[in-house]
Amino acid sequence: MHLAYPAVLAALLFCTGLYGVLARRNAILVLMSVELMLNAVNLNLVAFDVWLRDTLHAGQALTLFTIAIAAAEIGIGLAIVLMVYRNRGTSDVDRLRDTAESREPDTTGTTGTARPEVAA
Amino acid sequence: MTPASTALATAAAGAAERGFLSPTGVEIAFVLVGLATLGAAVVTVTTRQLVHAALWLVVALGGIAVEYLLLTAEFIAWVQVLIYLGSVIVLLLFGLMLTKAPIGRSPDADSGNRWVALGVAAVAASALVWVVVDAFRTTWIDLDGPVQGSTQVTGEVLFRHWVLPFEALSVLLLAALIGAIVLSRKDTADTAAAPADATDQGER
Repeated sequence: MHLAYPAVLAALLFCTGLYGVLARRNAILVLMSVELMLNAVNLNLVAFDVWLRDTLHAGQALTLFTIAIAAAEIGIGLAIVLMVYRNRGTSDVDRLRDTAESREPDTTGTTGTARPEVAA
Repeated sequence: MTPASTALATAAAGAAERGFLSPTGVEIAFVLVGLATLGAAVVTVTTRQLVHAALWLVVALGGIAVEYLLLTAEFIAWVQVLIYLGSVIVLLLFGLMLTKAPIGRSPDADSGNRWVALGVAAVAASALVWVVVDAFRTTWIDLDGPVQGSTQVTGEVLFRHWVLPFEALSVLLLAALIGAIVLSRKDTADTAAAPADATDQGER
């Protein structure tokens, strides 16, 4: 098999995930796009492992490790998203702007409400 | 463009040996499954129905599992099916429903910077595809011979050469599990009962 096929497919999948991470508003959809990017990397690892015929099979071992780390990441990420939703009532990533730097210096007074769950 | 022409000449020479214009059956299957995978991934990141996005992600990840099978990495393919399709998608669906995602269309699924994101993704895709195609123009994977990723091969390699990272990874998974449980408990907002929570957590 030509090596360009899996490499090109992995590059396109990675860029699809990149678009999703940058363009999506819901935090869970952002996590789905991160999964797409991780899978693109896994496909690259497997393809190059099969191409190089590594005796240690480092590519496939690293793919298994990446899958396990992705499972851990999705668990922690969903727990954080659920906590944010429970505290803020929304999981849209572009509405969580409490720690963003304000453009005008007179709006810095609103940083007192950065953690409403503590103030409540 | 002399380098390009020489590269084309070498590519033509390699194509004469390997049959560049007459792809093998594995290549045709790989391209077809890859197109389905890519289409499902694009629908995943563009659809306005949140639950449909998770379901299209199933198609994309299943397509990647089939690509692993075509690359003779059997064990990775079944691990992909088990972990991604079996648990990660279910976790994502639970997350969508616990955050009260709308079932129908949600018109605000994309944020305001989606055109910037589209530009960044297009530039990255063109650059990556150009570099990758230019680099691996005359490279072929030899899929004949012994299977590279059968369960026996992967198991021997994993438990002979990669034992220490494997065990460290199990500790990481345990830590992530405990962290997820601690983060998603209901009474985390009750700050007054924090010391009681600490002792309670120690008992578990």
